[in-house]
Amino acid sequence: MKSATFGGLKYLTLIVASLVTLLPLVTIVMASFKTSREFQQSGPFDLPESFGFENYVEAFTKGGMLHAFFNTGIILLVSITGTVIIGAMTAYAIDRFEFRFRKVVVGVFLFAVLVPAVTTQVATFQVVNNLGLYNTRWAAIVLFMGTDIVSIYIFLQFIRAVPRELDEAAKLEGAGPFRIFWQIIFPLLKPAIATVVIIKGFAAYNEFYIPFLYMPSRDLGVISTSLFRFTGPFGAHWEVIAAGVIIVIIPTLIIFVLLQRFIYSGFTQGATK
Amino acid sequence: MSFFSTPVRPHAVRAARDARSGRQRFLQGATPWLFLIVPLIFLCLFTLLPVGNMIWYSFTEWNGLSKDKEYVGLGNYIEFFTRPELFRVFLVSLYYFVASFVQMGLALYFATILSFNTRFKNLFKGILFFPYLINGVAIGFTFLYFFRPGGTLDASLAALGLEQFQQQWLGNPDLINFSLSGTSVWRYMGLNFVLFLGAIQSVNPSLYEASSLDGAGKWQQFRYIILPSIRPIVGLSMILAISGSLAVFEIPYIMTGGANGSMTFVIQTINMAFKFNKVGLASAMAVILLLIVLLITWIQRRLVPDEKVNLT
Repeated sequence: MKSATFGGLKYLTLIVASLVTLLPLVTIVMASFKTSREFQQSGPFDLPESFGFENYVEAFTKGGMLHAFFNTGIILLVSITGTVIIGAMTAYAIDRFEFRFRKVVVGVFLFAVLVPAVTTQVATFQVVNNLGLYNTRWAAIVLFMGTDIVSIYIFLQFIRAVPRELDEAAKLEGAGPFRIFWQIIFPLLKPAIATVVIIKGFAAYNEFYIPFLYMPSRDLGVISTSLFRFTGPFGAHWEVIAAGVIIVIIPTLIIFVLLQRFIYSGFTQGATK
Repeated sequence: MSFFSTPVRPHAVRAARDARSGRQRFLQGATPWLFLIVPLIFLCLFTLLPVGNMIWYSFTEWNGLSKDKEYVGLGNYIEFFTRPELFRVFLVSLYYFVASFVQMGLALYFATILSFNTRFKNLFKGILFFPYLINGVAIGFTFLYFFRPGGTLDASLAALGLEQFQQQWLGNPDLINFSLSGTSVWRYMGLNFVLFLGAIQSVNPSLYEASSLDGAGKWQQFRYIILPSIRPIVGLSMILAISGSLAVFEIPYIMTGGANGSMTFVIQTINMAFKFNKVGLASAMAVILLLIVLLITWIQRRLVPDEKVNLT
């Protein structure tokens, strides 16, 4: 009896929580299919009369979402490739070599973990500006690549698990450190690479602040900033804004459904640094 | 942190290395630096230099553009702490701080019940986690629609026969921070939940069987098996909640721009620097936040030793 009430309560709370989670999104989906007039005259829970894609077309064309996906795609590709290579190289150097000032280098990276990036933008802005990167895609790319300590940490954890005998055996066969890194260590880091790609991928896709601050030009709009600009031209047109929101969420949903298992373990590793 | 441990070389290798020529030894010494040069340049340019500059700017009065910066000593710091309208932002973080405890409570509850046998477990887990992955701007707009007059929330209240509770969720300064921190709970609860669930599931299942055989109920299992196993990750999450609630930015910035009493520390710093061109004062505020975060991290490292948090 006691167990049955517990079971009932358990499912009740799970269903309520799922409703609370999904309801804001479901009403956005419904709004995105309504015509402008229909939206004015109906409530959030009234089903759309038909499922036309006019609002989606408008969001894509007038809202510049197509261009935004292109910009986000480039930034994502370059910065993730860079993060993976830089992270793996740093971890290799720190874990496999003894050298002077090694402790200093480690200490500096440790300090960098603690600095909340959002605060230092006040001064980072001057650096980016002086490098001539302001209002270019490179601003986002270098900032995504250059300030990521979490991925270095993830690579370090994995590289420590790669047996040193492999390095030593390759060395005896005459392989130099660069060949050892590229041909032996790097391919063994695949699980770490997957984790970093997932964490960085979502972070870069969702990043709002850096492109907003460093890439104000309309042509350089990424997903977040292009969607953010919807408030201006579509201010009163919630049905188009809703379509924009759904356009942004759909790729996330697809990736999540396909890669669920990796995503859970990736974020678990990333969060407990 | 324990993860940067010193490598231990086998003696044989060390001997072999010593036997090599000087040139080779030089190359050997240079090799790690060749791997490190790019990361170190990035680190210097985009973390160390900004932190250094920020500290320097914080003692000056500067608009961010002109050539000269006027040295004002502690003036900016004094200004921040003596202007109540600037200092007020700390009160706003309190809403998010309290909300993060609600968030952890919910996460703990759902992690616990989903660690027992549950139908559609993966579906529920997916639904609860998914908001964490959504783009912040998309969440901001979704909740502007949710809270707007006649929006999803008002319509839900009407559907439940609670019309009398409909109100200006974002227009009322007394309510706005509840609405925004509630949005924050909706967004971030899933991460806490998945972390807690991971920790609970790392417990050896035979412990539950053994305790059932000994007649332990669900509450006792929670109290004596689950709670001790997740104490480190809960402790870590609590301490991260403090720095997190000070660094709140995206949701209030996207939804209200800091209007109606929803200004947070970071929005204010950004406005000060890029809207009012008071880079000196903004830097002082950023330094204050950095110092608070460093202090909290130091406390965290003392209270929760690193190696105890292990989910893999």
